Amino acid sequence: MSEDAAKSPRTERTIRLEILRQDGPGQPESKRWESFDVPWHPQMNVISALMQIQRNPVTAEGKKVAPVVWESVCLEEVCGACTMLVNGRVRQSCTALVDQISPEGEPIKLAPMTKFPLVRDLIVDRSRMFDDLKKVKAWIDLDGSHDLGPGPRQSQGNQDEAYPLSRCMTCGCCLEACPQVSASSSFIGPAAINQVRLFNLHPSGKMHAGERLEALMGEGGIADCGKAQNCVDVCPKEIPLVDSIAEVSRQTTRHLFFGWLLR
Amino acid sequence: MAQKTGTKSTTGKVRRVIVVGGGLAGLTTVIELCEAGVPVDLFSLVPVKRSHSVCAQGGINASVNTKGEGDSPRIHLEETVYGGDFLANQPPVKGMADAAPGIVYMLDRMGVPFNRTSEGLLDFRRFGGTLFHRTAFAGATTGQQLLYALDEQVRRYETVEVEDEKGIRLRGERMVRKFELWDFLSIVRDGTGRCVGVVAQDLKSMEVRAFPGDAVCIATGGPGIVFGRSTNSVINTGTAAAAVYRQGACYANGEFIQVHPTAIPGADKLRLISESARGEGGRVWVPKDAKEKRRGRDVPERDRDYFLEAKYPGYGNLVPRDIASRELFNKCFHEGLGVYNPKTRANEHEVYLDLTHMPKEVLRSKLAGILEIYEKFVGEDPYENPMKVFPAVHYSMGGLWVDFERRADGGLVRGSPRNQATNIEGLYAAGEVDYQYHGANRLGANSLLSCIYAGLECGPAMASYRSSMPSSAFDVASSVFDKAEERERKAYEAILALNGDENPYALHKELGEVMLRDCTIERHNGTLDAVLAKIDELEDRQADVGVTDTSAHANQGAQFVRHLANMLVLARVIAQGARARDESRGGHYKLDFEKRDDSAWLRTTLAMHDGVAEGRSQVRYVRGFDYALLGATVAVTDAVDVSLVKPRVRKYEAAGAASAAATGKI
Ligand SMILES: Cc1cc2nc3c(=O)[nH]c(=O)nc-3n(C[C@H](O)[C@H](O)[C@H](O)COP(=O)(O)OP(=O)(O)OC[C@H]3O[C@@H](n4cnc5c(N)ncnc54)[C@H](O)[C@@H]3O)c2cc1C
Ligand code: SF4
Ligand code: SF4
Ligand code: FES
Repeated sequence: MSEDAAKSPRTERTIRLEILRQDGPGQPESKRWESFDVPWHPQMNVISALMQIQRNPVTAEGKKVAPVVWESVCLEEVCGACTMLVNGRVRQSCTALVDQISPEGEPIKLAPMTKFPLVRDLIVDRSRMFDDLKKVKAWIDLDGSHDLGPGPRQSQGNQDEAYPLSRCMTCGCCLEACPQVSASSSFIGPAAINQVRLFNLHPSGKMHAGERLEALMGEGGIADCGKAQNCVDVCPKEIPLVDSIAEVSRQTTRHLFFGWLLR
Repeated sequence: MAQKTGTKSTTGKVRRVIVVGGGLAGLTTVIELCEAGVPVDLFSLVPVKRSHSVCAQGGINASVNTKGEGDSPRIHLEETVYGGDFLANQPPVKGMADAAPGIVYMLDRMGVPFNRTSEGLLDFRRFGGTLFHRTAFAGATTGQQLLYALDEQVRRYETVEVEDEKGIRLRGERMVRKFELWDFLSIVRDGTGRCVGVVAQDLKSMEVRAFPGDAVCIATGGPGIVFGRSTNSVINTGTAAAAVYRQGACYANGEFIQVHPTAIPGADKLRLISESARGEGGRVWVPKDAKEKRRGRDVPERDRDYFLEAKYPGYGNLVPRDIASRELFNKCFHEGLGVYNPKTRANEHEVYLDLTHMPKEVLRSKLAGILEIYEKFVGEDPYENPMKVFPAVHYSMGGLWVDFERRADGGLVRGSPRNQATNIEGLYAAGEVDYQYHGANRLGANSLLSCIYAGLECGPAMASYRSSMPSSAFDVASSVFDKAEERERKAYEAILALNGDENPYALHKELGEVMLRDCTIERHNGTLDAVLAKIDELEDRQADVGVTDTSAHANQGAQFVRHLANMLVLARVIAQGARARDESRGGHYKLDFEKRDDSAWLRTTLAMHDGVAEGRSQVRYVRGFDYALLGATVAVTDAVDVSLVKPRVRKYEAAGAASAAATGKI
């Protein structure tokens, strides 16, 4: 079967990774940078470099250490697991191709995201993002899974609008980049707001639009967005987050004035 | 909706059941259980929204017949069992084909952004092994969209409180409790052998804990990582299936592994280019001249060999995957006609998959998701250049053996506690981890369907098992759980104490290399013997592994040692099953036994774990067994139920061959 590794020309080139490590939550004293040199190979990405460290966990100084830990699942940028800071920029590490981020063999710096509680090394705890999806009721209120025939008819135009919004993989890039999100603020962040837009667009989802908007009207809600637009620049799925925020903002204003009347 | 019975055990505890795995199959099972009023504990290695199902690209089959082609569930059934070379039990396949339109409608109602026709109906495209437009899709990220829809419904149940039989809410008791980032270790069995819970490990704190459950469903997906690199996610090690197999669950048809014809070669993963590329009109070709130096896009039509279209005029580029993969393999390995690389002066193991003749706006609206992947990882624009692809391990038709109860008309008895039941009482299985729906080869876009259908059957089956069981798992003595927990804690401590010289990741790489080379598209008994010897060697060397990480947080190294041991056990089941089956059928192909042999091998391979001798796992193949369920004994044999479509020789040269019985052509 495909043996690309075998047929690729042998090179002695190595790639240096500098990794910000910490042994566990609440152990800031163990925070340190460690360097690793791993052999270069064609089409190498940050994950395949980390896998080489797993097979040979020895630092550039020759010290045997515990292998670096990180999260990954799909390796093709659809699951959102592998988000980290690569050379200071938040992104998925599985699509971070070594030849692109280090064309001249510059060292590659890896660090965990900073806006979420640290678990260990490159792993952080993003459970707040899943909890936020509960807060905004990011679902259709289904009557049941039994066969009730087809759903409401929708135009391809509707699909064209909804599909890009529904590709959010809860990766956390947008929260990491947002200046309003921090340990001391309760701002829900752009990802959950975008989900409100998505479900309020759906013919059956619309029926519960008010509940979702109300979840965004209190403290930590949509009004906390400072419109810095950092989020949209880092979203790997190119979700129009700023448009979503503007749209949901309009909806909340309308709901505030007319929502009670319509009840 | 099923009746809510016995919310609490005699000791006053809320009677929950357990689902391990939150892909399409696990999540559907959870939804069905919740609708039946049964509270669930859901375990998953990763947040369920990141499960491997998220990778599925092309779509999900249902014979809705939107295009007026005369498609029907009857034809879907026949093409599925024909595509699977008649190894699948036909009643469950009939149940699935009949339920498919309703399943796609349910997903539509859940808000999946399926592509639409101009009238606002669901759009359908073509996939392999059929001439009908039967595949519903959401761009080229259908799995992601389906997983999200089910995930959202389950999240909704996380906010719903349990009600008892009288409709009184139990404060603080939620219908669904999630244990994400937990690794399933084993099931707990009581004195009578029933499965009454699980032991799992928290992957952040490394805590080992036993959980009671009235019934347990394993929905942990496929074992692609046994082959090192594949189209699968890195978490697909098959560890949970191996663990319950070691505890006595039967593993069926393990040797049937699907190799997908079109993936992008890569060092960490072989990324899939979905069959939908061909379904939308993509064509596979190689240059006629073995030393062709022009770039793919510059090679004129007359110098191209569209070898699938030439050999299979009826189904062309959409022949089933086992056939397409063998033809690609043949072109590259035996004929040396893979795409020529002027730099290395060699014919690479690659063929062209060409979409450049298609209108760009069609590609963007229907295939953007996969074309992005190609562009990102290969760095070439697939709208302008033919893509370079090669086969890769993709899917396991084999898996945990599960039962079904058939109706006289061939469908399944809904809510029978036998549906999706393994041979261990109280243990169920659903999804890619079960062996039930695809026989010797799976048709494209039938897996998302079978996962959801299995969940739709599994939930009600578990609910009725729970309401008929004589005593609840929550009334079993706590010492049973303490013992199980202690056993697993000791096993984990033993791993942490390993201080040999072998690196588990390096051993895995060696395993993957031999499995990939010698246990996939073409198999020979000689090389299979060598594979088995290699597995012996690796099982020996595994005792000498060193664990460099003794951390009490997120210790992935120690976890991997456990997964590696389980992968070796499954590798043996796969390779030994392949060694034994001296015929060719679907995905299992032996050059020395080129024909299908129904007289000897129209039967299910049933593998039982036979203990460990000198560090090596032993497999026992059986022709049948009895298992206990709710006081009755069920007798099982390896005979395949082929009562609905009579087996015939499988051929794809002529159009309509796969549906000839249903369309009255034979
Ligand atoms: C790239 C790709 C594309 C595909 N495209 C299609 C397609 O277009 N159409 C189609 O029909 N099929 C497709 N398939 C096949 C299909 O995606 C899978 O067969 C299907 O998604 C499997 O779903 P599942 O629910 O059985 O398991 P998975 O989605 O694999 O989920 C398994 C779950 O089990 C959990 N788990 C596993 N082990 C443990 C453990 N030890 N402890 C706790 N939890 C555990 C995981 O965390 C996860 O939640 C594709 C497959 C691939 C690889
Ligand atoms: S626009 Fe700015 S403040 Fe608002 S969510 Fe985006 S990054 Fe945060
Ligand atoms: S909106 Fe974009 S950046 Fe934010 S979580 Fe979703 S996919 Fe990631
Ligand atoms: S591993 Fe899934 S996005 Fe990178």
